[in-house]
This record gives sequence, C-alpha cells and structure tokens, in this order.
Amino acid sequence: MSAIHQILSTSISSSASAFIGGHTNLKSATKSSNFAVAGKISGVVKCVASAAEKTAYTTKVSRNENMAKLQAGYLFPEIARRRAAHMLKYPDAKVISLGIGDTTEPIPDVITSAMSKRSFALSTFDGYSGYGAEQGEKQLRAAIASTYYGDLGIQEDDIFVSDGAKSDISRLQVLFGSNVTMAVQDPSYPAYVDSSVILGQTGQFQKDVEKFENIEYMRCTPENGFFPDLSTVRRTDIIFFCSPNNPTGYSASREQLTKLVQFAKENGSIIVYDSAYAMYVSDDSPKSIFEIPGAKEVALEVSSFSKYAGFTGVRLGWTAIPKELLYSDGFPVAKDFNRIVCTCFNGASNVAQAGGLACVSAEGIKAMHEVVGFYKENTSIIVDTFNSLGFKVYGGKNAPYVWVHFPGQSSWEVFGEILEKTHVVTTPGSGFGPAGEGFIRVSAFGHRENVLEACRRFKQLYK
Amino acid sequence: ISARELEHIKKYPNAKVISLGIGDTTEPLPDVVASSMANYAHSLSTRTGYRGYGAEQGSKELRKAIAETFYKDMGIKDTEVFVSDGAQCDISRLQLLFGSKMSIAVQDPIFPAYIDSSVIIGQAGDVEKESGSYKNIQYMKCEPENSFFPDLSKTGRTDVIFFCSPNNPTGHAASRQQLEQVVRFAQENGSIIVYDSAYAVYISDESPRSIYEIPGAEKVAIEVSSFSKIAGFTGVRLGWTVVPKELLYSNGFPVINDFNRIVCTCFNGASRIAQAGGLASLSKEGFKAVISLIDYYKENAEILLETFKSMGLRVYGGVNAPYLWVHFPGSNSWDVFGEILEKTHIITVPGSGFGPAGKEFIRVTAFGQRENILEASRRLRSFL
Repeated sequence: MSAIHQILSTSISSSASAFIGGHTNLKSATKSSNFAVAGKISGVVKCVASAAEKTAYTTKVSRNENMAKLQAGYLFPEIARRRAAHMLKYPDAKVISLGIGDTTEPIPDVITSAMSKRSFALSTFDGYSGYGAEQGEKQLRAAIASTYYGDLGIQEDDIFVSDGAKSDISRLQVLFGSNVTMAVQDPSYPAYVDSSVILGQTGQFQKDVEKFENIEYMRCTPENGFFPDLSTVRRTDIIFFCSPNNPTGYSASREQLTKLVQFAKENGSIIVYDSAYAMYVSDDSPKSIFEIPGAKEVALEVSSFSKYAGFTGVRLGWTAIPKELLYSDGFPVAKDFNRIVCTCFNGASNVAQAGGLACVSAEGIKAMHEVVGFYKENTSIIVDTFNSLGFKVYGGKNAPYVWVHFPGQSSWEVFGEILEKTHVVTTPGSGFGPAGEGFIRVSAFGHRENVLEACRRFKQLYK
Repeated sequence: ISARELEHIKKYPNAKVISLGIGDTTEPLPDVVASSMANYAHSLSTRTGYRGYGAEQGSKELRKAIAETFYKDMGIKDTEVFVSDGAQCDISRLQLLFGSKMSIAVQDPIFPAYIDSSVIIGQAGDVEKESGSYKNIQYMKCEPENSFFPDLSKTGRTDVIFFCSPNNPTGHAASRQQLEQVVRFAQENGSIIVYDSAYAVYISDESPRSIYEIPGAEKVAIEVSSFSKIAGFTGVRLGWTVVPKELLYSNGFPVINDFNRIVCTCFNGASRIAQAGGLASLSKEGFKAVISLIDYYKENAEILLETFKSMGLRVYGGVNAPYLWVHFPGSNSWDVFGEILEKTHIITVPGSGFGPAGKEFIRVTAFGQRENILEASRRLRSFL
C-alpha cells in the first residue's frame, strides 16, 4: 500500500498538501517532455523542438461567437486594472477610490452577529443545516416580502433570494433565452448589455455608434431629464430599467413610471426593474415598480442587500416575480424562473441569509438606514463640491452616484486626467453606454475623510 | 420524491422515516471551520476588518490553497482556479460559456444538472417522449456489463464530454487507465472534457482524484469541484472550477479568458464568509477535521454495502463514493422505491431519475447520522 493510502486509512496528522502530494505521476516531468528533445553536441545540450510540437494543441471546439462580440473586459475590472497600474506608478500617492461602487463602512453589529451566530450553529447538532431551498429560506422570503412590498401585494412565494443582482440578471437572461429583444437605458449598468450579448440576443458591436445591433438604447440625458422619450423607443420583449439609476443617479417619478408601465402594457413587454438603490430615495419617487398600478402584469423586480447593508462581499439579493406576470401563452414567468433557480443555482449561502434576516428586523432596518444615510451625506459633499466648481451636476439626490458633465470631452480622458492629477479613481461615463460620453460618475462610497480629501483635490484641480 | 415522502408521512404518522435519498450532508461543521466563518463575519463590522467586493475569481489565498491541496505537482496554478458558489452554478456558467451550438455527451446514468442545463441553454434538441432522451445528447451507457465505464468506441464525437468520477449515482471511480482512454478520446476528437470531481475525497483505492493526473489533460479538460461533500458546505455554498491556460478553442483562443469574462459579468464572487470557511477547511487542523467527517460517511457506506451484500443483492459503488447503486434486475425503480418506502420507511432515489440506464437501480446515500444508518440497515435486512 502506498504511503498516501496509509495516510488515508488512518486519521490525518499531516497537512492538507501531503494528502495529495504522494502522486508519482508528476505533471512537471511530463510537461517538459512534450516540448523538447535534448540532444548533446560536443558537451553542449541543445534543445530541439520537432515541427509538430511548435504550434500548441487546440481542441476542435469553436469559441462561442457571442463571447467574441464583447469588446473588452467587463467595465469594473478594467477600472481596477487602471487603478492598480496607477498605484504602481505612484507608490507613495494616496489613491482614493470613488470609482467602483463598493461599500466601505462596516456592517452593523446586529447583522454580523446574526451571521456569526449562524456560523457557530452550523457546528452544532441542532443548528446544522445542509441544502436549503433554492428559492431561499422561508422566513427570509416572508420578511423581504413584508418589508419591501408590504402593501403592494407581493408575497413570500413571489420572492427568490439570490447571491446578488448581478447573478440574477444573468439567470433572468438564461430564462428569457436568445430569441428575445431588449431595451436598456443609455447609460446603464453594464451587466444588462453584456449578459444580453453573452446569451446571443444581440448582433455585432457597431464601433461608430458604440452600440450592439439589436439592442434598443433608450437615451437618458440632461435634455430629457434622464427619462427616455418612450415615443421614440421601438418595441422590445424585455425592458431593463434601473431606478434610482446607476450611473446617472436619476430616480423616475410616479408619473414617469406610470408611463413606463403603460408602454410595457401596450407592447406586451416585460420590465426588469432594478431597484438596488431604492433605499437612497430622498423624495417621493417610488421605491418599487409595484407601486404603479398594473405593474404586476408587466414587471419583475431585482434588488440587493449590497448597497443597503454593505453586503457587496457577503452576497445576497432577491428577485420578485408576481404571479400575474405571464408569457404570451399564459404560462407564468415565475414557474420557469423557479426551474432556472432549481437547476442553475443552489441557493444563497445560509450564513448570508441569516444576515439578511437580521437586516430586515426592526433593528436591522434602522441600522441600514444609518449606513445609507452616511453615504447620502458623502453624496451631498461631492455634489456641493462640483456645484461650487461650476460644473453641471446630476444625480446625487436619490442615489449614491454623482453624474458630472464635462461637455465635449472624452470621458476616458477626463477619467485619466483626474486619476493622474488627483489620484482619485472615478468611472468614465462612456463605460455605461454612448450617452455616457462626456460624463464622469463619482461614487459616494468611502470613508468620510477620504471623500473630504478627494473633494479638496477636485477643488485644487478645477479651481 | 418529496411528494411521495409527504404522502407516506400522512399515511404512517408514527413511522420514523429515514432519508437515504437526497445526497445531503448531515454532520455539523468542524469547530475550526465554523469559528473561522463566525470570526470573519464579526470582522466585517469593524473598520479595519470590513471588506466590500472581492475578486470575482475568489480570494488569492483560497485559490492558492485549493491549487496546493488538490493539484499539487499537477501544474495547476492558483490563477487557473475560479472559486464559486458551488458546482451546480459552475455547470450552468460553463454552459453559458459554451453557448447553444455545442454538442454534449454525458454518462448514463448521471445526476441531472448537466442535461438540464444543456436543455435550458438550447443545446439538447427535442426530447424523445418514450425514452426521455434528448436528440442532440450522446448518452454514454454505464452499467454492470461494462463495469460502469462507457465503451468509447460506440460514442460519437461531441464538443463537450461531461464526466463525473467518482460517479453520482453509480459510485464508480474511473481508473487511471480508463481516464487515459477518456483523455485520448478527447484528444482524438478535439473535445473538451468537463470533469466533475466533487466526490474525489471519497476515493479509497488508487483511482485518480483529478483529471490532471493524466498527462495531456490540461489541454483538453476543465475540472469542477465543490466543498459541499468535502466540508459539509451544502448550505454554505462554495466550490471551484479549474480552467488550465493550455485549454484552447479551435482558433487558439484560451478558454480561460472567456470563462474569466463570464465570471466577471454573470457572477460577483462567492460569499467572503464562505471563502473564509473554505480556507479554514484546508488548513492543517481544518483538513484533518473534514477528513474525519468524510471517513464517517465512508464508514456509513461500508455498513450499507455490507447490508445489501448480506441480502444477496447486486450492489455497486459505496467504496469510492458516498452512494450505493443497488440493482433490482427486471424491476421498475419507482416500484422498488415505493416498496422500500412502504415496508421500511426509508427514502431512496429511483435510478430512472438519473437516466434510462438507471431504470432497474436504486441509489442509496451514505450521508446520515450513524444511528439512522444502523437503523436503516436493520430495517433493510428484515425487508426481504
């Protein structure tokens, strides 16, 4: 019996790496023999690769042509790359990140202690749980329904708990399939367009207009008050609508959302409503699409604990699909989504769900409002700064994003200049769509002192 | 099955139903793992400990630990490891990567996710009503006659070959020789193997624990695995996929580049808390603890194996996997399932749920508390 099997049959006292370390079929030895044959010529070892080994082996599997349509990496890893390169270039600079919308403030105790408690419970006989329901733990689904949709007629079994909005968006795309057409706001959060491309719903990217064929881009600019002129929008099966909006920060009014629901009804479309920033609303803009009468027949809603509870790394969100939302043949959309969730997913982490339950307790909601309030104060500071510098500033009232206008300039160049001269990372507007050109998104997540310092530096640069 | 279970409980409210059906772990997490998760969760409420978005591919530490624990000396680097929220999600993300034009081959019988995800993404074609088989899927029959390893000479070329070893549900772990055949087959056909090694830690003999033990596999195979059955993480949600740099599409484009793009676009990383738990389970102390849990389940499997053998039944698996595959020749697995449930109050899984080749089989899992396993054995012995 080899050494490794002796280790296996008795309890292991050595480290994990020894578990696998006993294999004699060493990869490295095998690898080197694939590439070169060493020959000896008068004491000198010459490596000669045979002609057949010069080109690397490829499979005969074609690359998914949809992947080839994507233009570059996903936007935020690109920003992260630029930031990293900048930090290498200026190792002593204190780089402040107001780029990727990443939360910075600690999660309230009431929430983390629930997660700690659940973690400990998993090591006990009574507290251990294995697979959970793919749709989420019953208590949590019920609590989300009552907290966010209390009197809107959305029930526990309409809620599907997930590991976050980004994953849900792709699962929704898998649900819809490759034959649907979609409309997005322009600018918008890149995951809607990118997931559409990956699913094969689009044609090629057209460099001249910076748009993918077959996607309907609904322009949102200062000229139309950041709400699209629906009379110019052609019919699509699916309409992605994010409000409060990332990146513009604009929150659609009740009147506007009523128009949107009407538009969807007339066209028989499905609205995918992204309400991830609803808790940032300061005025009386609706916080859920389901506040609009008739929305249950045309919309589903995606949301997340990321920006409410600092769960960007914990991973928890949900999608609400009303029973009334039906395909053209009368089949309930929720039934198919349930099938997707059961086949392509296995539930959100039970520890994260325990945190989620604490989030929607009375104490948790109060704590989340405090965190949100903190970021909203940051937003005000940033808005005031750019206003004082004479810029046209949008957003920042109902969302943790400030949308600053740099008319006639390339947003990547402005991004680069700001980074170079102030060591502050922002996000170039064109990363969110062609109508984002000429804008910079400044996110308001950050420690107060960093936000204040960033604003000082902006004032320096643009005084 | 849950529907049948509920019916049964209504009929026999006093019966103590034992579930040897769904493959769900039952034993609590080791203290060292649970406390690392609890501590990590707590640190998120501190200013210095708080972390937001993690790298979508997983924490560097964890990727390194996975590479070192499971792929040491196999040339797999941490940069080729993508941490996920579990194998089921990874399989669907791989299908998204491959797209709807791919043809796939699967073992028959097999746990349904490969087929179901293939159907959803549009690869599978129409279903043949009688057999339940899909037109575009190649089914590689695994049965006692071929010792649960498919006759590859009878298998048509497909772009992707899903291969699960140790196998769910048959429990068969392919030998080195058999895996060399699979790799050769893939090389000859220019196919990509998606190798599911979720049960590798249950192997008791010399069977390979990773496809990358086979020379040349890095050019033809992706490997998917999971902490679910290693560390009891079925509810915690953590797994990984390995995509070697050397794996190339026909045009030379590295598959890893596209998979990375999928991961960055369709996913946002596994929960940091789960990752902290994963890291703890691969520490010296943690791994020792998870191995003893695995041994516990393996002992369960031995007990059940002995039981079925003593009943004179043809039983397979149970040696390299936490599943037993029991043959009831000439029968219909749903009928056997029903009879076992009725007479012993034990839930199992009818083999036909795993494909046409499972028709005469019952899958019994070895996950469970020892006393339930022993009680189940007692009841089974008196069953016949």
